[in-house]
Amino acid sequence: MDVIIKNLGLLINATLIATPPLLLAALGSCFSERSGVVNIGIEGMMTIGAFTGAVMGLTTGNGWIAFLCAGAAGGFFGFIHAVACVSFHADQTIAGTAINFLGPGLAVFLCKAMFNNSSDTPAMAPSCKLPKLFEGVFPAGSFFSNVLNVYAVAYLVFILAAVCWFVFYKTKFGAHLRAVGEHPEACESLGIDVYRVRYICVILSGFMAGLGGAFVTLATINQFRPSVIVGQGFIAIAAVIFGKFSPGGATKACLLFGLCSGIKTLAGQSNTISPNIISMIPYIVTILALVLFVGKAHTPAANGKPFVKSK
Amino acid sequence: MKKKMVAVLLSAAMAAAMTACGGSSSKEEAPAPAETSEGEEAEAEAPAETSEASGGEFKVGLITDVGGVNDGSFNQSSWEGLQRAMDELGIEANYLESATDADYVPNIETFVDEDYDLIISVGYMLADATKTAAEANPDCRFAIIDDSSIDLDNVTCLMFKQEQASYLVGYVAGLMTESDNIGFVIGMANETMNQFGYGYCAGAIDANPDIKIQQYNANSFADSATGKTNANSAITNGADIVFHAAGATGLGVIEACQEAGVYAIGVDSDQSSIAPNTIITSAMKRVDNAVYDTVKALIEGNLESGIHTYDLSVGGVDIAPTQDLLPAEVISAVEEIKTKIISGEVTVPSNKEEFEAAYGDVYELD
Repeated sequence: MDVIIKNLGLLINATLIATPPLLLAALGSCFSERSGVVNIGIEGMMTIGAFTGAVMGLTTGNGWIAFLCAGAAGGFFGFIHAVACVSFHADQTIAGTAINFLGPGLAVFLCKAMFNNSSDTPAMAPSCKLPKLFEGVFPAGSFFSNVLNVYAVAYLVFILAAVCWFVFYKTKFGAHLRAVGEHPEACESLGIDVYRVRYICVILSGFMAGLGGAFVTLATINQFRPSVIVGQGFIAIAAVIFGKFSPGGATKACLLFGLCSGIKTLAGQSNTISPNIISMIPYIVTILALVLFVGKAHTPAANGKPFVKSK
Repeated sequence: MKKKMVAVLLSAAMAAAMTACGGSSSKEEAPAPAETSEGEEAEAEAPAETSEASGGEFKVGLITDVGGVNDGSFNQSSWEGLQRAMDELGIEANYLESATDADYVPNIETFVDEDYDLIISVGYMLADATKTAAEANPDCRFAIIDDSSIDLDNVTCLMFKQEQASYLVGYVAGLMTESDNIGFVIGMANETMNQFGYGYCAGAIDANPDIKIQQYNANSFADSATGKTNANSAITNGADIVFHAAGATGLGVIEACQEAGVYAIGVDSDQSSIAPNTIITSAMKRVDNAVYDTVKALIEGNLESGIHTYDLSVGGVDIAPTQDLLPAEVISAVEEIKTKIISGEVTVPSNKEEFEAAYGDVYELD
């Protein structure tokens, strides 16, 4: 029994390390996709967020300020994407790909310029990072320490998911954004400013992706290096499609991915089963879940199509 | 939908391709005498016989594994050795970082194409790429760290007795632990990496026969989230000191120890600066010394191929100089055991057979 509780605590802890970056990025992506703008630049936005978070943590010494700055940097990239896709009707896939080049490239370039030609930032002191919830309350390694004494953001993201659900389904803005993604012409005829809604949604998706990236550098570890964001952005996009483009579905999908990566780590730590087989767990579970349990996702009808104002 | 999936896959591929090109090169011109014409450069390639040979005409390239030159570990240490060679010997040096395994071959080719005199591959993960390049370019000299599998006339293999340094930190852990329970996180379980484990377990058991050693395989050198979970498991199961031999994955290990307020032991270089109140010591591999010596031998014209082993007696491996968190009696006990290893009084097991003969089947990751 003791062993089960211990391992359960560890599993929850591992899930709370792996899920937040994915979930933040996925929630943002929901806004963008539902408003009709495909954003595959999430990965690039996460990388720039991770870098900005690390740099601002080092310079300001305040994890929360750094976290928000990282969101702002991601939001700026979202703005670039919105200008290209909404105002100039560019192909959204190509613009997103450009963001994926630009984000990591710019992060490494700036890092080298700022930190003596090194592509990693120096390590941060613990006080510069995001705060933990119950620092020093529970003995290290106890069940409660593993489950409760985690970075506050790890729990905050679930509240944020609820807020997103509320905005999506209980507010006027949410109704507008869903409508804009389905039939922008009709929305325009009813007086909804399609461009404005899409701009807000795309910038918001960049902001959330930036926060997701910063979680890695400000909570999981204490520095930026180019290898911290490798594929999380694409997994987040997969989670959005898997979750049928809704905040609730994306949350469940991200939790599943996070849980699987926790299982992978815990099951793979001794050498009893080949670690290479265990590394496949998250992907096998994803394929099985997609094939067996998840039906066809309804893609927003106007997703990916540039909208040209009629006047 | 279909179109979008294709787009997503394409962009994933492109992102991967882009990071592959992301390897950087920092060119720092050494205070070399003058520009060399092509003829002189060709001359320089032939080993200079005289001791007054200046390093100015030599170009040495370093290729990191996925860690990068700021990994606070052996890639960084290698680059520091090369920087010292640049300052003191006046060579021209440059590095390329590998973001993924797929970068090794193109990075080596870049240096070959630019007529580098010596190309140093950091880590056994580059063994295949280095071997292929060395076979294809017999005129170019190669050196590889931590690999002894390449038997070619133009390849120098730099090996380290990492089990000796690991033994010393294991000994420290054995003396310092209060719970008689320590942890070990490895980046990958293979012959080279397991030597860290043999040495660590042997040292810990010799210092403290009742000790429990928890062993974890993170199966990655670049996944700090996994390292963090591994260390959390060790701490949850009672460990109060965790040693990592896991490159960038180890940053997660150190971070977890720092958060939990237990001690960590670093690897490859003196990692104390990452978390000064957490890292009690580090098992150092003086890769910098080996790289420097290799470059020096190249300039002096006596660089030999084959395997060069660096051990405790020649300062090839050692325990870190930062020992602020260790009590004086631990430091003196470590010094004592160090002399015994050098004199041969204590032998450190370096493979499965030797380890199991002396300590039984304690090591789980092989």
